[in-house]
Amino acid sequence: MSTQNRPLSPHLEVYRLPLTGLISITHRMTGVALSVGTLLFAYWLIAAASGPESYATINGFLGSWIGKVLLFLWSFAFYFHFCNGIRHLFWDAGKGFDKEVVEKTAKAVLITSVVLTVLTWIIILAGGGS
Amino acid sequence: MSLQTPLKRAIGLGSAKEGVHHWKAQRLTAIVMIPLSLWFVCNVASLAGGEYADLVTWIKQPFSAALMLLLLFSMFYHMALGLQVVIEDYVHTTWMKITLLLITQFGSILIGLASIVSVLLIATGD
Repeated sequence: MSTQNRPLSPHLEVYRLPLTGLISITHRMTGVALSVGTLLFAYWLIAAASGPESYATINGFLGSWIGKVLLFLWSFAFYFHFCNGIRHLFWDAGKGFDKEVVEKTAKAVLITSVVLTVLTWIIILAGGGS
Repeated sequence: MSLQTPLKRAIGLGSAKEGVHHWKAQRLTAIVMIPLSLWFVCNVASLAGGEYADLVTWIKQPFSAALMLLLLFSMFYHMALGLQVVIEDYVHTTWMKITLLLITQFGSILIGLASIVSVLLIATGD
């Protein structure tokens, strides 16, 4: 008997995820994205340990437009995972399960992570760093 | 013959025959990273695009190095646990699941160790 191709519920092709569901899967996706980002983080540290030349090379890449776009996306993924992670910790403590609260904290996570990302980049770019 | 009662053997064990270690480790690393990651972001934002010497001076401070090591340990541990759950949830072909688990788990250890060694080299170098 084939157990590989049975239909699974919810049927993701026809089911529009509610905001809370979207946030839930985004938490996982940002987690995986951040894992990929740790490769760059590790590379940055290894380059720094290898000396000024290799550090200058990786900094040059991070300062280029593609590096900046990657860092921008990475910073949003970080703040999102950070905020929603705190939401998860409250759930682990048994708090915040009411439907209205869950909806409210979902929106709060989205808004807070966008605001923190934008603030961080205003500070970095205004500070004259590249 | 064991003198333990069946209840004693069952407590703390789910159907996977292991306790809550995975769950707990995921949460503890998350909690410790709340202050650590913010500390790191603040410092790196000010180091961004700066000189090599600034970074070295920063990591050579004992507390910076210690906090960096703690952050790296928590981060790669948290990452290995998280990727494990994602793979176990979505990959159901046994050989592919095992291959991905081996790559991500050993990969996390290897890259985590390389990062930790890098920080130690910078902190102790001249």
